[in-house]
Amino acid sequence: MSAIRELHRQLTQKARSAVEITQAHLDSVQALEPTLHSFISVTADQALAQAQQIDEKIAAGDEIGPLAGIPVGIKDNLCTRGIRTTCASKFLEHFVPPYESTATQRLAEAGAICIGKTNLDEFAMGSSTENSAFQLTANPWDPARVPGGSSGGSAAAVASGECAIALGSDTGGSIRQPAAFCGVVGLKPTYGLVSRYGLVAFASSLDQIGPFGRTVEDAAILLQAVAGHDPKDSTSLKVEIPDYTQCFKPSLKGRRIGVIQETLGEGIDPAVETAVAAAVKQLQELGAEVKTISCPQFRYGVSAYYIIAPSEASANLARYDGVKYGLRSEQSSLLSMYAKTRAEGFGPEVKRRIMIGTYALSAGYYDAYYLKAQKVRTLIKQDFERAFGEVDVLVSPTAPTTAFKAGDVDDPLSLYLLDLMTIPVNLAGLPGMSLPCGFDASGLPIGLQLIGNVLREDLLFEVGHAYEQATDWHTRRPAIYAAQ
Amino acid sequence: MIDLEQVRKVAHLARLELTPAEESQFTTQLSNILEYVQQLDTLDTANVEPTTRAIEVSNITRPDQLQPFPERESILAEAPEREDDFFKVPKILDDD
Repeated sequence: MSAIRELHRQLTQKARSAVEITQAHLDSVQALEPTLHSFISVTADQALAQAQQIDEKIAAGDEIGPLAGIPVGIKDNLCTRGIRTTCASKFLEHFVPPYESTATQRLAEAGAICIGKTNLDEFAMGSSTENSAFQLTANPWDPARVPGGSSGGSAAAVASGECAIALGSDTGGSIRQPAAFCGVVGLKPTYGLVSRYGLVAFASSLDQIGPFGRTVEDAAILLQAVAGHDPKDSTSLKVEIPDYTQCFKPSLKGRRIGVIQETLGEGIDPAVETAVAAAVKQLQELGAEVKTISCPQFRYGVSAYYIIAPSEASANLARYDGVKYGLRSEQSSLLSMYAKTRAEGFGPEVKRRIMIGTYALSAGYYDAYYLKAQKVRTLIKQDFERAFGEVDVLVSPTAPTTAFKAGDVDDPLSLYLLDLMTIPVNLAGLPGMSLPCGFDASGLPIGLQLIGNVLREDLLFEVGHAYEQATDWHTRRPAIYAAQ
Repeated sequence: MIDLEQVRKVAHLARLELTPAEESQFTTQLSNILEYVQQLDTLDTANVEPTTRAIEVSNITRPDQLQPFPERESILAEAPEREDDFFKVPKILDDD
């Protein structure tokens, strides 16, 4: 059952007030945070004040939208005016943005209640949320394990019931992989569908904001509220946004689904492979026509990405110079002030990526690395274009493994390689969604990735929702889940 | 793939002061990463156009209209060091 629909029903039938719902979630946050550490900041006072306004509207007989009074978590790399936005970096530990991101502005206008800012890998660089400068977030299914990343705080908060829904950002898998690790739904929209205005930039040609929910419908309703053109982001697409909740269908008859051959087999956890194979069979039983599709360049995605993303990051992060905001190390000369400030403000992974990017863009190496990677990006895009000539939706595992233990993968390259399923989707700018499709022997969730053609989020929702109706994975909750 | 000298040079270009331990760690790690990405060299891309952005949009323009920001003070308040309405930085030029 959609958490949004259920809470909305309680509000409109006056079974519970928005203040009561918000308070219940804040209580869960208080109870669970000593274990989970999903939130960097909890905004209880603002949340209760906003909820009060929703209650006044309801009392006055005004009609309220589906998101009014719904508690939402916001990844702490989305600027929120007057509310500290840290990017989980020491550099921005005390940064209070003077402006609001478009996505959070739209949520506020829809009446959603922001209950706090969620933890992430510093500047969204990582796949486990272990790169946060402040805290380790635990996986709600097993607190010894990571929630995935970089949007690990948002995924853990939704999975545990600390909030109903959450926003994250996805540059190479940072929504889909934590969604898979935490057993929730997470979607990275088509590049340009959601405005990036106010999203702290990591790799601008890849970054997208997207929704987390415990059901496909919740993700669809949340995306509906934040999608759409914004003149403040020049890469924002001027397109009609369909009503996503109108695209659900009971049968998948006539839908063509392609299983990406290169994402199964060697290097994939057998439990993941078994669960994905069973999910494919389920899709077939729902009426879809299933075939195997080859994307031969898929495996070059990680290499292209770990040149392109750090290159763009090295340019984007040049702004952290200790002059206008954030940390400053007091030094007598300007140059040493820059170098010391950045040394003190950035953690190891951010430094590593700045180094890779600066090297790849430096004189003499640009053609060999950055230009080459952009050409490979074209080849990966062409693979997808060919595939979508034959099928409507592609499927793969979201990640090759289930959640690993904190500290278990400490070699940077090994960690990068775990992103192999999600990265090509960002390189091609396509929409991708992860949804629960099973559990391994240790009881850890497994994610199924659905990939759509440009702006075909509707098909991901259609296929995902039909799958969800036929299975009960999305109804399973971790032991610590706070029922609302 | 990349030696200590190059790591120092790149760190300088990136305005990052590294400790000797970081310099040697990054030399190893960056070498491993750069070695891995060399797999791209096995692909023939001679006749392939680069993709700079996933979804092509071009010539996005808007009227160049001045829009005063109403909360100047909230921007200045974020400055690590300020003097009146200015951001203050260490001395840029030598006295002589």
